[in-house]
Amino acid sequence: MEHNIPKPPTAIKEEILSKYPPKVARKRNKSIVIRDPEDEQKIQANVRTIPGIITQRGCAYAGCKGVVLGPTRDIINITHGPIGCGFYSWLTRRNQTKPEGAEGENYMTYCFSTDMQDSNIVFGGEKKLREAIQEAYDLFKPKAISVFSTCPVGLIGDDVHAIAKEMKKKLGINVFAFSCEGYKGVSQSAGHHIANNGLFKHVVGLDDTVREGDFKINMLGEYNIGGDAFELERILELAGFTLISTFSGNSDMGRFANSHTADLNVIMCHRSINYMAEMMETKFGIPWLKVNFTGAKATAKSLRKMAQYFGDKKLINRVEKLIRNEMAAVNKVLSETRPRCEGKLAMLFVGGSRAHHYQELFNELGMKTVCAGYEFGHRDDYEGRDVLPDIKIDADSRNIEELFVEKDEKRYRPRKTSEEILELKKKGLEIGEYNGLMAEMSKQSLVVDDITHYETEKLIEFYKPHIFCAGIKEKYVVQKMGVPLKQLHSYDYGGPYAGFRGAINFYQEIDRMVNTRIWDLITPPWEKNGAEITAEFVSL
Amino acid sequence: MLLRHTPSEIKERNALTINPAKTCQPIGAMYAALGIHGCLPHSHGSQGCCAYHRSTLTRHFKEPVMAATSSFTEGASVFGGQANLLQAINNMFTVYTPEVIAVHTTCLSETIGDDINQIIRKAYEDGKVPEGKHVIHCNTPSYVGSHVTGYANMVAGMVKYFSESTGRYRDQINIIPGWIEPSDMREIKRIAKEMGVKIILFPDTSDVLDAPQKGKHMFYPEGGVTIPDLRSTGDSKLTIALGPFGTESAAALLDTKCKVKYELLDLPIGISATDRFISGLSRAACVEVPVSITAERGRAVDIITDMQQYFYNKKVALFGDPDQLMALTEFLVDLEMKPIHIISGTPGKQFVPRIRNILKDKVPNANVRNGANADLFLLHQLIKNEPVDLLVGNTYGKYIARDEDIPFVRMGFPILDRIGHSYFPTVGYSGAMRLLETILSALMDRQDRDAPEESFELVM
Repeated sequence: MEHNIPKPPTAIKEEILSKYPPKVARKRNKSIVIRDPEDEQKIQANVRTIPGIITQRGCAYAGCKGVVLGPTRDIINITHGPIGCGFYSWLTRRNQTKPEGAEGENYMTYCFSTDMQDSNIVFGGEKKLREAIQEAYDLFKPKAISVFSTCPVGLIGDDVHAIAKEMKKKLGINVFAFSCEGYKGVSQSAGHHIANNGLFKHVVGLDDTVREGDFKINMLGEYNIGGDAFELERILELAGFTLISTFSGNSDMGRFANSHTADLNVIMCHRSINYMAEMMETKFGIPWLKVNFTGAKATAKSLRKMAQYFGDKKLINRVEKLIRNEMAAVNKVLSETRPRCEGKLAMLFVGGSRAHHYQELFNELGMKTVCAGYEFGHRDDYEGRDVLPDIKIDADSRNIEELFVEKDEKRYRPRKTSEEILELKKKGLEIGEYNGLMAEMSKQSLVVDDITHYETEKLIEFYKPHIFCAGIKEKYVVQKMGVPLKQLHSYDYGGPYAGFRGAINFYQEIDRMVNTRIWDLITPPWEKNGAEITAEFVSL
Repeated sequence: MLLRHTPSEIKERNALTINPAKTCQPIGAMYAALGIHGCLPHSHGSQGCCAYHRSTLTRHFKEPVMAATSSFTEGASVFGGQANLLQAINNMFTVYTPEVIAVHTTCLSETIGDDINQIIRKAYEDGKVPEGKHVIHCNTPSYVGSHVTGYANMVAGMVKYFSESTGRYRDQINIIPGWIEPSDMREIKRIAKEMGVKIILFPDTSDVLDAPQKGKHMFYPEGGVTIPDLRSTGDSKLTIALGPFGTESAAALLDTKCKVKYELLDLPIGISATDRFISGLSRAACVEVPVSITAERGRAVDIITDMQQYFYNKKVALFGDPDQLMALTEFLVDLEMKPIHIISGTPGKQFVPRIRNILKDKVPNANVRNGANADLFLLHQLIKNEPVDLLVGNTYGKYIARDEDIPFVRMGFPILDRIGHSYFPTVGYSGAMRLLETILSALMDRQDRDAPEESFELVM
């Protein structure tokens, strides 16, 4: 099927750049790439957002507290700062969780803050933080408390780590802190890294209990938006894998503490969690596989890769049987929805992995992604991990702590010998690899990192896509232009979209969105048919 | 239970806020700035602030919320944000061509001590501000006050930068609304028109945050108070300021700066507060209250007299912003309801005495708290100790309402899970009618749900 792809985006790129002041144009030029798969293309990413440009991006605090730690139910997360940061990250990310029974711990519906006042800024907020931790402990007796620093905390020099240490000793529970001030790094991404470090340092490996079960895995970078993790838990169980922990959808602290006992880490969102996978590999000898459970075919492929890694005949058969069963339902819905969606165009500007993964779902529907990019991806998320040695560490990355991790003398246990790994790689299993978004994008499609509002509007005018995927800030802007916007952070309060059932949900959702007649209501009849009415009167 | 760890035993907290009944200043400044026509709000701080504020406002209004940020990095946090702001101003005027850039600060830039006056001066000196365009600002340290304070500060900023006294008298009244919805601002303009009074309403977010779907995105929607109108506020006859927390600082500044006197009233929510607003406006403009307005009032009162049995002595818990709560409490007392728990996270000394005064005959022992640690955790505990028949507040109240099985009416900011607030007013007599309808529906739906089959009523 021929896609209705407009002319190459060369002229529109020039037009966009010509609007900017020269310095801005020079910088944006490097973040806008017209795809040519034959060329080894570089894209500028993970660099400072230009002030005043209107960006999608958020901050390190959002990435640390909101994204990575937010979905864990049995920890009290105290935001140390003025009230806003805690307030805005309170229940707004749709991380679903199922506590154990009616009494099971779940603090995710609560927002805890030190609500710093001007006196705390002047005289320091350490005393208030210490007291807040004590009050949280007295009220709830949780097993863990963590502290998230907001911008002013770093500036006034509150030593959150020392206080956490002191309170840990005093209360006898796990207390730890994150220096995730909003100005760290250049986007949420810095916060992910800080969160990975904190969890690795303070939680992972605390519990050596070996749980029963075969084919033990951790699922990394899956945050249970709209119940994605529930669907994946269902699939993994049916396939015969034992899920030790998820970082961090539907998670609890006990699972994190025990996660080093797994035999494989599978990574969904490479950007937010690859640090954890690497550190666990170095310290405990657990290899990792990049997977993608977004899209039915992608899910099947990922399950096969995981089965291939373990190499167990029974597991492989079980996975194949599961795929056969699930695909029957998937194909039924796909055969209904695909004819109505085929050939339509999509644009995706979201996250650090979703702009890549969701292309799979659109492919399955026969839709073409003409233009895509990340909000906070790095070059390796675009160009693949081969580019890592090439990435220069700039001042903004340097201020994010890089943990020095070594083999754990007692607990390091290589799950596969290097020969086995080599053998698997020869057979095509890409262990520890990720090829990035650009590999997915076809010739003359457009890749844009950290897209600005201006670019968004211009590119929508240019491509006239049938659907645009981004977040809440873009939602109504794009819809005012008459183009449906699918939120891929919050899923527009729907989902799940992961796994097989998720794919079915997504096909039906996109079918609804690109084929609905509601957009025809926009123009009133007297503006639409004005000429005709006049003509009718004339003919009378 | 969603809030399963909340115990009924209340212990005083000094340091830990749990489930706040307020948020921070900058979002209020951003909201107010959107009420100027052709204005691009600008957040001077880390880009997360701007992202959070835009997201929350967007979820509340289901409308585009355009704003830019200085995108502080660690470097800017150490060396100050001047370079970022200057660059931002240049980029905004070049790419997005606003009439006005309204800068508000954040806890970050305030802690560093960036001098925005000086940076704006430099922007003008460096030729970054095109002829006829404007950059205004207000300081909104997040560690002082609340979102309401930020709103008030930006409104005062409008006066500071624009209001001028030319000596030419204008037969017009300034109306400064506290933090209310675009629907409410539209309603205030309708009432003034109905009364034949020329007003300048500022800020005015109607036709900005309730913009029609036209198949085209208007970066600067049609609404918002214009710069000439803002300038002219200095020549007006009088200012009517609606809600002390959101408006008094601006009204007082206009008095000091341009000698325009002001009358400070409550937000016109409910019968009594609307009566005072209508009387005040009629007095100020020397116009009679038209028959049509009196008829509106009569219709609202008619609902109350007809349905009084459903309101009488029902216990209510309220939380939200002080200007709304003061007017709403009075309204509920007018309905002979009993507001027994009232919580606002926004600090301010006049709140508790004022509410106590309203409640002195009806509920002398009401629990009234605002400021530090007056949060939804406390409210929930109060409700556990003395249950209520109705809960009124923003969307976060739904967790308490579900756990305790209480009828819930959404009012305030933010409302993230329903529409209506931005389209249908709660101010004026027609706003009172809407409130009466929503409160009655909540109470009567509950009666229907809980009635045993034998006493399930057809006519109510």
